Amino acid sequence: MKVRLEFRGGAELLVNGVTQHTLDLDDNNNKWTVARLLTWIRDNLIQERPELFLQGESVRPGILVLINDTDWELLGELDYQLVENDNVLFISTLHGG
Amino acid sequence: MENWSRERLIEELKKKESENQDLQQKLEKREEDVQAILAKLIQDPTNHHIIPDKHQHPLNHREVARYSRQLILPEFGPEGQRKLSSTSVLIVGCGGLGCPAAIYLAAAGVGRLGLIDYDTVELNNLHRQILHTEGRVGVAKAVSVALSVKALNSHVELVPYEVALTSQVALIIISKYDIVLDCTDNVATRYLLNDACVLGNKPLVSGSALRYEGQLTVYHHNGGPCFRCLHPKPPPPETVTNCSDGGVLGVVPGMIGCLQALEAIKLASGLGTPLSQKLLLFDALQGTFRTVKLRGGKSDCEVCGETPTITKLIDYEQFCGAAATDKEKGVQLLEADKRVTVKEYQDVRMKETPHLLIDVRLPVELEICALTNCINIPLKQLGKPNSIAVIEEKLSSVRTKSIYCVCRRGNDSQLAVKQLESTLSEHGCQIKDIIGGLTAWANKIDPTLPVY
Ligand SMILES: [Zn+2]
Repeated sequence: MKVRLEFRGGAELLVNGVTQHTLDLDDNNNKWTVARLLTWIRDNLIQERPELFLQGESVRPGILVLINDTDWELLGELDYQLVENDNVLFISTLHGG
Repeated sequence: MENWSRERLIEELKKKESENQDLQQKLEKREEDVQAILAKLIQDPTNHHIIPDKHQHPLNHREVARYSRQLILPEFGPEGQRKLSSTSVLIVGCGGLGCPAAIYLAAAGVGRLGLIDYDTVELNNLHRQILHTEGRVGVAKAVSVALSVKALNSHVELVPYEVALTSQVALIIISKYDIVLDCTDNVATRYLLNDACVLGNKPLVSGSALRYEGQLTVYHHNGGPCFRCLHPKPPPPETVTNCSDGGVLGVVPGMIGCLQALEAIKLASGLGTPLSQKLLLFDALQGTFRTVKLRGGKSDCEVCGETPTITKLIDYEQFCGAAATDKEKGVQLLEADKRVTVKEYQDVRMKETPHLLIDVRLPVELEICALTNCINIPLKQLGKPNSIAVIEEKLSSVRTKSIYCVCRRGNDSQLAVKQLESTLSEHGCQIKDIIGGLTAWANKIDPTLPVY
């Protein structure tokens, strides 16, 4: 199952500055929920200081998650089940001016 | 006191307690007085919230001539113009976002503009804060913006406030305006402004920009979320980057500030669909605008929900664990004997004492300025094996065990010392940092070194 990840607003610094990632997730046995995806990202993409991405089960305060350009809060957050070609955007809220 | 009897001690304690109570009461009275004085002080010159009802009056000849190009837009028209000219907008922050927002609102003919900024103009502001001028470095930003705006449109009523937006003054000031623009530069003020707008029931047009990216949305409007609905908890302070550390291309806040003016004009005139429950993301490098859909207002939000727990403004610096400014604050991580002043380090150089100088900034920063004979290893690379190999090789070729770390202002250099102390622990090195970094070096030793 192909899934696209994007990191913006400074969140890309957690993944070595790379803003776009295309994943091919093996979904033979288990469904891929966002919760599972977050753990996978922590274990496979985050270079250092995983606590700046995940806190407990969820993303740390200050990061918004958008699935196909929609707030994950409207889609079931951690329980949302990913489907082929989903786009998951992690955006760190900016504060500069 | 140790000789006093138990009775005497109890008596003394009672006396102190009663004194305490008196003081407490006096303090409370004082606080009430302060509030009353602030309320008087912050009354704007006209001392009314609603601008005289220009709705009812036809536009005069001057207004028709001046705004003709937007008056002939059917959706806006004279009705939109009348609404706009009877609207007051508060701009919080007269910087990279506030400048373009203020000038476009004034150009379009808004009724009143409030301009808040406690800060003064600095040379390094001018690349993005385009209403300030070289001649106004050192002048209050709120006043500087008012001067530029007045030159463009003398009919807009201008109220500059040279104050920091604090929990004491926020509600009083906001109550005098119809729409609020968040053009600030730090997390604490953003939470403060959000809560104040919810409590004062005003729409909040929020913009932000950093590096090559900008974000824009309208909070607390028409069932949409407030900032707290999206972010109930503040981000860890170390994850927040400001413009002075992260950098920003001037056009980026320029774009977002213009769009904030646009959203305010839409809210004032009833034109189009405001960016509520939507977040606009601008990516300057890709040249893309993208609008994503946000959650609605949360029923369990602490400030705008059904049973709010925040019913008055709190201490936002404490809540966020960060100061309400984007100015650099010096940190002290090392004991004094592991730090040298720039004068002491100058002696080391003059006496040609063998040592290794490691500049821990990014390579792009060394292109701006650097001391001679340093090696460059960015802080993030410092712990890596190849970096350690480079340092070991240098130490043996210079035949020294003395290392000095330097950075821009003397914060990262302290982190560098801590890092090196652990990775080079077996070598018995003496590792120190230079207090105040290259900024202090430029100020005290070599004024030809550029400061950025
Ligand atoms: Zn809310």
